Amino acid sequence: MQSRSTGAYLGWTAALFVVLFYAFVPVLWLVSLSLKTPATVSDKNFVPQDVTLDNYTTLFEGGLDSPLLRPLINSVAIALIATVIAVTLASFTAYAIARLDFPGKAVILAGALAIAMFPPISVVGPLFDMWRTLGLYDTYVGLIIPYLTFALPLAIYTLVAFFREIPWELEQAAQVDGATPWQAFRKIILPLAAPGVFTAAILVFIFAWNDFVFAITLTSSDASRTVPAALAFFQGESQFTAPTGNIAAAAVLVTVPIIIFVLIFQRRIVAGLTAGAVKG
Amino acid sequence: MSTLSIGRGSEGDPGQTSEKTKAERRLAFMLCAPAVGAMLLVTVYPIVYAIVLSLQKVDLRFPEESGFVGLDNYAAVLSSDLWWSGVAFTSLVTLVSVAIELVLGMALALIMHRALFGRGLIRTSVLIPYGIVTVVAAFAWFFAFDPNSGFVNTLPGIAEDKAWFGDKWSAFSVIILTEVWKTTPFMALLLLAGLATIDEGLYEAAKVDGAGPVQRFLRITLPLLKPALLVALLFRMLDAFRVFDSIFVMTRGAQDTESVSILGYNQLISRLNLGLGSAVSVLIFVLVLLIAFVFVRGFGTAVPSQGGEK
Repeated sequence: MQSRSTGAYLGWTAALFVVLFYAFVPVLWLVSLSLKTPATVSDKNFVPQDVTLDNYTTLFEGGLDSPLLRPLINSVAIALIATVIAVTLASFTAYAIARLDFPGKAVILAGALAIAMFPPISVVGPLFDMWRTLGLYDTYVGLIIPYLTFALPLAIYTLVAFFREIPWELEQAAQVDGATPWQAFRKIILPLAAPGVFTAAILVFIFAWNDFVFAITLTSSDASRTVPAALAFFQGESQFTAPTGNIAAAAVLVTVPIIIFVLIFQRRIVAGLTAGAVKG
Repeated sequence: MSTLSIGRGSEGDPGQTSEKTKAERRLAFMLCAPAVGAMLLVTVYPIVYAIVLSLQKVDLRFPEESGFVGLDNYAAVLSSDLWWSGVAFTSLVTLVSVAIELVLGMALALIMHRALFGRGLIRTSVLIPYGIVTVVAAFAWFFAFDPNSGFVNTLPGIAEDKAWFGDKWSAFSVIILTEVWKTTPFMALLLLAGLATIDEGLYEAAKVDGAGPVQRFLRITLPLLKPALLVALLFRMLDAFRVFDSIFVMTRGAQDTESVSILGYNQLISRLNLGLGSAVSVLIFVLVLLIAFVFVRGFGTAVPSQGGEK
């Protein structure tokens, strides 16, 4: 056991502060920049001297034609749709792998792993060409397809790990006790599977929310451009004003949902991230 | 409650077994088909298509000049300095960032594993860099090091007008810092999960035998952590090799900081040269395969092929 002396506690407190400092400095810096006025944005102070919310409000001026609203809607819609489809497809596959006996299980898992390691840049050229031919270039579908595919391995591995832990015999036990198959599924299996499905959904959403390579190669306008891509192409109000404050404000806005996710679901995220990788 | 009845349903009639097996397989294939189909459509088909494109001259700015050119595109790429300096820079970013991540990640994992209190707080904080959008992280560090508005140049010991992005090696340091900051938590979490599988009794026994903390780490932790360590290293190496977002935001490849992914992007999307760009894509794919091969064959990395099976 650890010796719980005062020295040990001081040591851990110091370690804790180092980790907090590590994690939060860049985030706080962005918050600080986003609150600075145009006159003080270049003052290099870590703490803003003059505070304004203008950087945030200008992002939404002009409604759908504003710099951020449309990309924000695109990001949320594309990530959500990709998440729902990926998790649904991955649930089917993971159920088959965890529960059914069939040849080719190992091939599917190995293939999924290979795709998890696949360099996206190797397929953007062909996808760019294919999507232009098929009319999917610069559309939601054109981004949803690669997102859900590249997220499938993560979702399948997470769900297989969770599904293997479910005591499936309870389903039969419930049926023997008089439950219909639907009742047995809804009342027994669904509540047991839900945490795993939810974990997979969070991981897929974070993946789709984060992507940049596909977002800048397969879109050309705000019709389907997501926030990371829009950020990289942000223009200042005039040629001579650097949009630092606006970029920082937009960056803070896309970070907020992630921080909320992490605060609420940290246990699940950790369980999901490590499910496939270590237990195997 | 009904423990006795468990398993009754699975006692199949022996005569029906093969019929049941067939039905089970059919169901399994139907359940797997959509996911497998999607994965093939977006990876295998495009990579084959990339190989086909790479053997042709396809320049969208000069569509009338298209045609089969054999291995000319590969010859052009492989004989260009730009490609080799890109490979060298990408390899350097990969090796340096993963090496630092390994050391920091191990320290972080040990802190989380042995935490006396505040474990949840630490875990929440390290997940923030993991969850943050890479482009956002890149902007945060870019603005921090920006000589016009960043706070870094106000720190003691740093020249006030240091142009971090005006020189290859200072830009390299900031890129490394961004990559390390963003991905160390992932490394730490994988190592932490590995640490949790080590039997505490071993440490007690070693303590009784007089082994110090360093000896315990080298003789118990490291050898037992090796499988988890290799998987984490493989994942991170392949991920680091695709480095794109942070370089795109910070330098766009200026000052000789072009990674192979940036190179591919420039050929494919900026210059619309699909033939040459596809040759770059295929070569990147080959390099990634090579890294995976070295890990699996060379180091005996046990790739988790049975996800979660104990």
